[in-house]
Amino acid sequence: MSHPQLDEHGRLQHLLSLDGLPREVLLQILDMAEPFLEVTEREVKKVPLLRGKSVFNLFFENSTRTRTTFEIAAKRLSADVINLNVSTSSTTKGESLLDTIDNLCAMNADMFVVRHASSGAPFLIARHLRERGLEHIHVVNAGDGRYAHPTQGLLDMYTIRHYKKDFSRLTVAIVGDVLHSRVARSEIAALTTLGVGELRVIGPKTLLPVGLEQFGARVFHDLRQGLRDVDVVMMLRLQNERMKGALLPSKEEYHQRFGLTPEKLALAKPDAIVMHPGPLNRGIEIDSAVADGPRSVILPQVTFGIAVRMAVMSLLAGQGAQA
Amino acid sequence: MNLLPEAETLYARLRERLAPDIDRFDALVGIHSGGVWLAERLQRELAPAKALGSIDISFYRDDLAQRGLGRSRVRASHIPFPVQDARILLVDDVLYTGRTVRAAINELFDYGRPARVELAVLVDRGERELPICARYVAHTLPQPLPADERLELARNEAGLFTLRTLRDEPPTTR
Repeated sequence: MSHPQLDEHGRLQHLLSLDGLPREVLLQILDMAEPFLEVTEREVKKVPLLRGKSVFNLFFENSTRTRTTFEIAAKRLSADVINLNVSTSSTTKGESLLDTIDNLCAMNADMFVVRHASSGAPFLIARHLRERGLEHIHVVNAGDGRYAHPTQGLLDMYTIRHYKKDFSRLTVAIVGDVLHSRVARSEIAALTTLGVGELRVIGPKTLLPVGLEQFGARVFHDLRQGLRDVDVVMMLRLQNERMKGALLPSKEEYHQRFGLTPEKLALAKPDAIVMHPGPLNRGIEIDSAVADGPRSVILPQVTFGIAVRMAVMSLLAGQGAQA
Repeated sequence: MNLLPEAETLYARLRERLAPDIDRFDALVGIHSGGVWLAERLQRELAPAKALGSIDISFYRDDLAQRGLGRSRVRASHIPFPVQDARILLVDDVLYTGRTVRAAINELFDYGRPARVELAVLVDRGERELPICARYVAHTLPQPLPADERLELARNEAGLFTLRTLRDEPPTTR
């Protein structure tokens, strides 16, 4: 069976995850983001590509940055954007997720951008739309549980390509709380698809899932060892809100062993870049001297993220009526 | 039956028609791909001091829902001069329905309000769907081409132009 995000012609119908996303489609999105970046630098930061389309931002879990960048991306494509936050919506009155979706479909939605605490929620919505024969409505996963955050993974790939070009020559390290991180899962999927030279995963045993070696990753439990000669350092946020039980001794100890300091970063290649998906826990996983330092590309990541989301939305919207 | 004249001959004719008027413009802007090649060469040979821009109209198309963005690579538009109050010569290889030019004018206006926009094309193949007309034309086809036939400019390694016709791909079958 084909992946539920592709239609019968292998074209992208929804963006649900980067696992099983063909390399050509991934590259197509990255290529398309480039001209959109130019649009965001213009006097009038807007093109009429999605004029008249209604994009619903459905955030069942809080997020300011991701929701805002999706909103900006949709508005720069001239779409109408409707933001729904769960705290103010009828799910708190007991309405089920799919009832909410049916209602929004009845309001002639064209696209749903979905963030949900449960892994698989965007898949459920995509399947429901197919069952209802509403395949012209597209779903973009904006982060589901611990599973996937595909647009973050794509913008990270865009960022790496922007600064480093050829993936096959790179050593990339993902550092931190991989266990709870949908960002890490999407990054690993994309880096594997793009054929990264060497993939390293660095973190305490309690915060790394088992079986990472199956993805071709080299696992390190010592940051200093793992950072040696890497080209790209991808930091993850320590996700306090998702942790159950005593996975960590203390934040102080975490910082001492796994926090990125200028001294530890000196072990990486001299031109290594440092990435972080935000929001930053300064003084825990990353020092301010690194986050604000010359190797940090954390703010360019945000800018690239808008262009990448514009590319994803226009690719999806351009695939509605042609089949 | 249309016999296509040689593209280099047409280019020379277009350049000749433009030469006396070139100072009416502050900048040349080519439309991807053929128009960009033409604008580059016209600028180089007629007015090297004038600004040169390029436009990819993919984001301004009026048929996204029907055709998508396609597989061809979208390039960033590049307008390295202030559009506000500029006198702009838009350059394209082939003028047909007028929709591409409409999109290019819309895009230009998102950079500012030009003082004037005029159009130069190598070939006018007729059958306009919008009230658009080029001031500088090297050749007008006497008869319409079949609708599924695309006419476009190609450029070889030596930088020389040729015109070629392509059949549109039939729609994908299920």
